[in-house]
Amino acid sequence: MLRILRITVATIGFVVLTLFFLDYTDTISPVFGSSARLQIVPAIMTGSFVILAGLLLATILFGRLYCSILCPLGILQDLIRRISLRFQPKKKGSYSPKRTGIQLFFLALALVFLGTGFTFGLALLDPYSIFGRIVANLFSPIVLWGNNLAASIFTLTGNYFLYGVAIVYGGTVPLLISFLMLGLIGYMSWRFGRLYCNTVCPVGTFLGLLSRLAIFRFRIDSNRCSRCGLCSSHCKSSCINIANHTIDTSRCVVCFDCTAKCPKNAIQWNIISKRKKEPVSLSENVVPEPSKRCFIATLLSVGGVVSTVVPKASAETLEISWTGNKPYKRKLPLTPPGSVSAEQFQTHCTSCHLCVVKCPSKVLKPALMEYGLKDMLQPVMSFEHGFCNYDCTVCGAVCPNRAIRPLILDEKHLNQGGRVVFIEENCIVRTNGTSCGACSEHCPTQAVHMVPYEKEGTDGLMIPEINEDLCVGCGACEYICPVRPFRAIHIDGLAVHQKATPPVVEQQEEGTAVPAEKETDFGF
Amino acid sequence: MDRKDFFKSVAAAGLSSCMIFNQDDPVTAAENAPRRTDLPYDLVAVMGGEPSDMFQRGIKELGGMEAFVKKGQKVTIKPNMAWARAPEFASNTNPELVAEIVKACYAAGASEVTVFDHTTDEWRKSYEMSQIEAACKAVDAKVVPANEERYYREISLPKARRLKTVKIHQAILDADVWLNVPVLKTHGGARMTISMKNLMGIVWDRAMLHRNNLQQCIADLATLPHPPALNIVDAYRIVKSNGPRGISEADVVNAKALFFSSDMVAVDTAGTKFFAQFAKMTVSEVSHIAAAERLKVGTTKIETLRVQKIKL
Repeated sequence: MLRILRITVATIGFVVLTLFFLDYTDTISPVFGSSARLQIVPAIMTGSFVILAGLLLATILFGRLYCSILCPLGILQDLIRRISLRFQPKKKGSYSPKRTGIQLFFLALALVFLGTGFTFGLALLDPYSIFGRIVANLFSPIVLWGNNLAASIFTLTGNYFLYGVAIVYGGTVPLLISFLMLGLIGYMSWRFGRLYCNTVCPVGTFLGLLSRLAIFRFRIDSNRCSRCGLCSSHCKSSCINIANHTIDTSRCVVCFDCTAKCPKNAIQWNIISKRKKEPVSLSENVVPEPSKRCFIATLLSVGGVVSTVVPKASAETLEISWTGNKPYKRKLPLTPPGSVSAEQFQTHCTSCHLCVVKCPSKVLKPALMEYGLKDMLQPVMSFEHGFCNYDCTVCGAVCPNRAIRPLILDEKHLNQGGRVVFIEENCIVRTNGTSCGACSEHCPTQAVHMVPYEKEGTDGLMIPEINEDLCVGCGACEYICPVRPFRAIHIDGLAVHQKATPPVVEQQEEGTAVPAEKETDFGF
Repeated sequence: MDRKDFFKSVAAAGLSSCMIFNQDDPVTAAENAPRRTDLPYDLVAVMGGEPSDMFQRGIKELGGMEAFVKKGQKVTIKPNMAWARAPEFASNTNPELVAEIVKACYAAGASEVTVFDHTTDEWRKSYEMSQIEAACKAVDAKVVPANEERYYREISLPKARRLKTVKIHQAILDADVWLNVPVLKTHGGARMTISMKNLMGIVWDRAMLHRNNLQQCIADLATLPHPPALNIVDAYRIVKSNGPRGISEADVVNAKALFFSSDMVAVDTAGTKFFAQFAKMTVSEVSHIAAAERLKVGTTKIETLRVQKIKL
């Protein structure tokens, strides 16, 4: 019964989160993506003590339920294991000893990464982010490809209910990393169930330390047990030792597979009193102190990370030098709108790539070395495939880490994440003496506006002129500039996002909003 | 376009700008215009009503939609829905007007009415926020995407000066008849966007036009062998400044006008002159109009046309 409940809850959460990642039509409300916020590492990043306390309390009460019903990577492994059992129905697991050294090594590593702000390292260890990248970089393109194939078939029959979606290649490195991670974790779960969760995963180890205190736990009734070994051979965590009737609570993910398998009903899950706990817990090298220490260390690092959130008061204004006809090299990368500052963004993002798949304009792509090695894979603004829609706030709405803060539209309209750079020497109006204005046409704030190009004296010829203070850094101008190989207009990043000057609102002549109809005629 | 083509076209741009004075006489050009002479009027202008009322009145003056759409024909309507903006900003054609035209096409016996635009903002957002998609679907129009190259086919423009070949959306090429429904706006690059500039939304590679003398390319595009049967210019709300997108509603004038003509040059001339009442603008500044006249697309000499002006 509890097993079915566990599977039901896990399946619903997993399916909803996966679908949310894969939904390219923006029909699933961000509310359904909020299960990402319940993940431990995002909760640490956002400093959400309520969620964190809830998760820790649940673990102290019930053990590592989190790993079974909330962690999408854990559920993915269960799925892989299930498939493996279809192929090898006779496969049998057995008890394996705990690998405390490896576990503590990865946990310590994760804490060091968290404490030092080496988010790339943390991103490689955080189970939620690993899952996110697998879906975003591997599953999403497959779904889009399938959609496009179906769309092209339906279009041939004149049916347009499906439409093609551009598949933007995020780069080899994120693809490779996601692929290798899926390969490694997939192999481990195919062969050994939850081995990854019980050796590498720092979240698993951390919760394992807490679950040693669990109030509800499994216990084998030695009087009823016939030592058939069914429970042990079906345990995905290989944590049931049938020889001495013990269950390693620190590795148990509370899946209830054992209780369901036991023909004698010899395994019970109930409240274990302090006294009875002693013989149950495994006397392997771990003493209780590390859990406390780790817990405190985590809280401290959380505090440390949170304290870095406050942006620096003074903003450095970028000195932009003209580069003539040469290609323009961005001096600073562009972080998404709502990221407050590069530092705020980089210390909070664990590269789950949810914003990358959700961005309707395909502006966000995983960084390679734009931010440096420390923050590799974090999304960076790129205007190759589109520009940031003026009226869109999706990335901030979905970010579970608050690396990208949610912005309301009015805030977004004045959020300056970058500033425009115009290279007149490259502009068509100057080089060809012909009209263009694509940049100004696309500029939502008219930070790029057209002024008469007096030089030629040509009637009606206009050239762009920029006002960086109005610029919101959306990149529409850079995206649309037709000049090749080197564009004439670019956006450069800002270390700290600024407030743009509100757009100049055209003053109505003689103070009337709408001219009276009598005053105007046909004009011809 | 590869780099070689690019340099070629840059060179050609230089040459053609030298040839600009070696032009045809505009009067003889007008004689070859694809303007229909069997209609009661060459140009109809209606002022002072709601979009649907002005449309009903204007189309009646031209002999009804039946004069353009025959029973069983496949019709395509090309509004301007390039921007992810609400109708109040007038960046896009008025949704009420487009829906009214769809209804009129079906009433005239159209077998199917298709609506599309190659948007500048992200297309799903543009289709939605312009409210044109919803308005058209409500009256059974087929709203089709234009975001992928496979929807476009290359055609040649034999009368063009620079834009000799261009990829056009199949909804235009496969239609028996199509209607061009632009919105009247100022434009930073082309100076005005009316009927001819609206044709850029039927093209796949717009950047190519921008690279190769935009104004001439717009005129070249207007020589397409499959021109719109009728241009209905929405000037109910117009963007008088910071166009074509506009920043706020302060850029918008509630001008309440609608222009009809099968002659793109004439209707763009009329539209520009109408616009000049709200902001500084001359027809000569909008140089694609004169360029199109040279290519015999139509005439700027409105006084030689049979014009019907109606104030509601």
